[in-house]
Amino acid sequence: MSPGGGPDAQPDQISFGGDGDAGGDQKTGPGHRASVWGPLATGHGAGAQGASGQRASGPGASGQGASGQDQRAGLAIATSGLAKRFRSQLAVAGIDLAVPRGAVYGFLGPNGSGKTTTIRMLLGLIEPTSGSHEMLGVPMPGGVNAVLPRVGSLVEGPAFYPQLSGRANLARLDAADRMASRRTAAERIDRALERVGLLAAAGKRFRAYSLGMKQRLAIAGGLLQPRELMILDEPTNGLDPQGTREVRSLIREIAAEGTTIFVSSHLLAEVEQICSHVGVMRAGQLVFEGTLADLRGGGAIRIVVRTPDVAAASGVLAKLGLADVRSADSEVSADLGAELPEVICAELVHAGVPVAGLATPRPSLEDRFVELTGEGFDVNG
Amino acid sequence: MSTADLGGGAGGAGVPAGAGGPGGGAVGAGGPGARAAGGPGAWAGGPGATAVARAVPDGSGYHPELAIHPGAPVSSWLRFLGSELRLIFGRRRNQALLGVLVALPILIGVALRLQASSAGGGGGGGQGPAFFSQVTDNGVFLALAAITVLLILVLPLAVAVVAGDSIAGEAGLGTLRYLLAVPVGRTRLLFIKYTALVIFGLAACLLVTVVSLATGAALFPVGPVTLLSGTTVPLAAGLLRLLLVTLYVGAAMAAVGAIGIAISTFTEHAIAAMAAILVVVVGSEVADSVSQFAVIHPFLPTHFWLSFDALLRSPVDWASAWHGLASFAAYVIIFGSIAWARFTTADVTS
Repeated sequence: MSPGGGPDAQPDQISFGGDGDAGGDQKTGPGHRASVWGPLATGHGAGAQGASGQRASGPGASGQGASGQDQRAGLAIATSGLAKRFRSQLAVAGIDLAVPRGAVYGFLGPNGSGKTTTIRMLLGLIEPTSGSHEMLGVPMPGGVNAVLPRVGSLVEGPAFYPQLSGRANLARLDAADRMASRRTAAERIDRALERVGLLAAAGKRFRAYSLGMKQRLAIAGGLLQPRELMILDEPTNGLDPQGTREVRSLIREIAAEGTTIFVSSHLLAEVEQICSHVGVMRAGQLVFEGTLADLRGGGAIRIVVRTPDVAAASGVLAKLGLADVRSADSEVSADLGAELPEVICAELVHAGVPVAGLATPRPSLEDRFVELTGEGFDVNG
Repeated sequence: MSTADLGGGAGGAGVPAGAGGPGGGAVGAGGPGARAAGGPGAWAGGPGATAVARAVPDGSGYHPELAIHPGAPVSSWLRFLGSELRLIFGRRRNQALLGVLVALPILIGVALRLQASSAGGGGGGGQGPAFFSQVTDNGVFLALAAITVLLILVLPLAVAVVAGDSIAGEAGLGTLRYLLAVPVGRTRLLFIKYTALVIFGLAACLLVTVVSLATGAALFPVGPVTLLSGTTVPLAAGLLRLLLVTLYVGAAMAAVGAIGIAISTFTEHAIAAMAAILVVVVGSEVADSVSQFAVIHPFLPTHFWLSFDALLRSPVDWASAWHGLASFAAYVIIFGSIAWARFTTADVTS
């Protein structure tokens, strides 16, 4: 993994070709997912469909060049058909994650969509019902002892011994690590505390920490060792705006050192600000995976015509073969599809429809998110 | 020897050094002293040392040289054991339990002394649990009396609290998932937890013995010990027998601990685990006292607890003693296996 991977992967700097690659449809997605993907893939992922290495592309795509690289070598996390069933409930329904090395990967989804269950499977805390996964190129869960020392994690909120100080809690974690050196423990602990800004409060009992401090201590626990991958489950959950900003900048900092970040969140805004790649979960399924730019551009673009003559306008749009024509008070909208707005405009005028305004708004990220995860954040996942 | 143990016991974390036998010194090194001594010292020398010097320069990036520890795995096990012991002995609740184990023998001793005074210095009551009548004649017997009384409930309670807490407590707190993600290794965690539990149980037994011995010596005459078989042995030989009795009871507590840690792997509620362990102990004691259950008596976990009197005969009734120890070992193996099978396969969802 190149240390430059992080910055390179910033959404704004990703080329469109790269997007298409990374966003390429993944062979055997569930039908549900394929349908979501449909418009995107045809929209501007045409090349991606043909790309042989559906998963290899990823982030590094820009940097990796044309040489046929090992498909999985560039991935920090790769799962195939990973599924978990709790009694009758299918919490995760066979997902194929591909987290490129060096990426800041946002794992999005409403509460209860299977994010935490997935993370627990990744870390070997729970055993998948079916499917397999690799982390840092090593098959899991067999490789737990080899891989996890290279992975820092924060799972479902901080958890420490309330009666111990922050420093003593980290010492406990460090003592549990058979690879950690006792000789260097004190310095590594202090350095981790310093990085998250807790050095001054290191001697305070965990019990007395604020929520933000607890969260930061958990991140410090992940920083006791150099890590190739950080898995952070809802790292800003319950933090005030100030705390959120601190954690966000900390994540950016860690990513800038070349560490791959896998961060789950149900907060879109958070992911938007720090992530280069996004996976979206809905009811146990991965309904989207690609770069942030893909997600942004992926929604079906609609054409909106403002006109006093709604009936005539919708007739014209329907005649042009546009899908999903909807009429409102003084507005008609439809999926733009492959049509050009100027052609539609000409047709409208030609048909004598008074056009008061015409727009092709791109869906906002939030619209896309809701489109993917469903309205109303159903918690059935 | 025993007095030295008392010092360690009272000091909490120091106990393992005394109890750990050959490894004791090393455990002690991993204890509280180690960080104070080794830590700062190492760092003071750090920047100058070649390996560390390479690691330090930028102050924020990676420091693989600092982190990688090519050292012996043994030291990493001892370090984690030290951490576990500090956690157990540092907990207020456990300290309070040990405090009870200190207070009760003293109370018993004082009560017997007061009774002896009011009865005009003679005989000492006569009625009561085993060994009570001998205490006023020889303070050494206060230790045996205290062990006999505390063995019914208080010692198993102390072990049950720590055992119930072992896995279930970490699960309930959520720290278990972080330990496993370190990764601590599930078998390793279980082994360390159990080892620490055995050390705690042994420390509790030694504490009772040492405190009651000291109390007995302070309040009553101390001299050659008359064994159950009627023979009298010198004080030193008597104290050796007392040490053997203490170790035997410690082994019984190790068996309780194995049952407890197995139960603890099935729940994330420490209190539920503690209660379940006590139900097992008390249930076994009740069943053991009902003669209609004689068939199952030899299989009860508590049945051989009081067989330590075999060690107080001359010659020592080794057959009975070994029989009891074999029963404890069977419990350790069976319940240790259950704990292992459960813990290494269970989903951690807490």
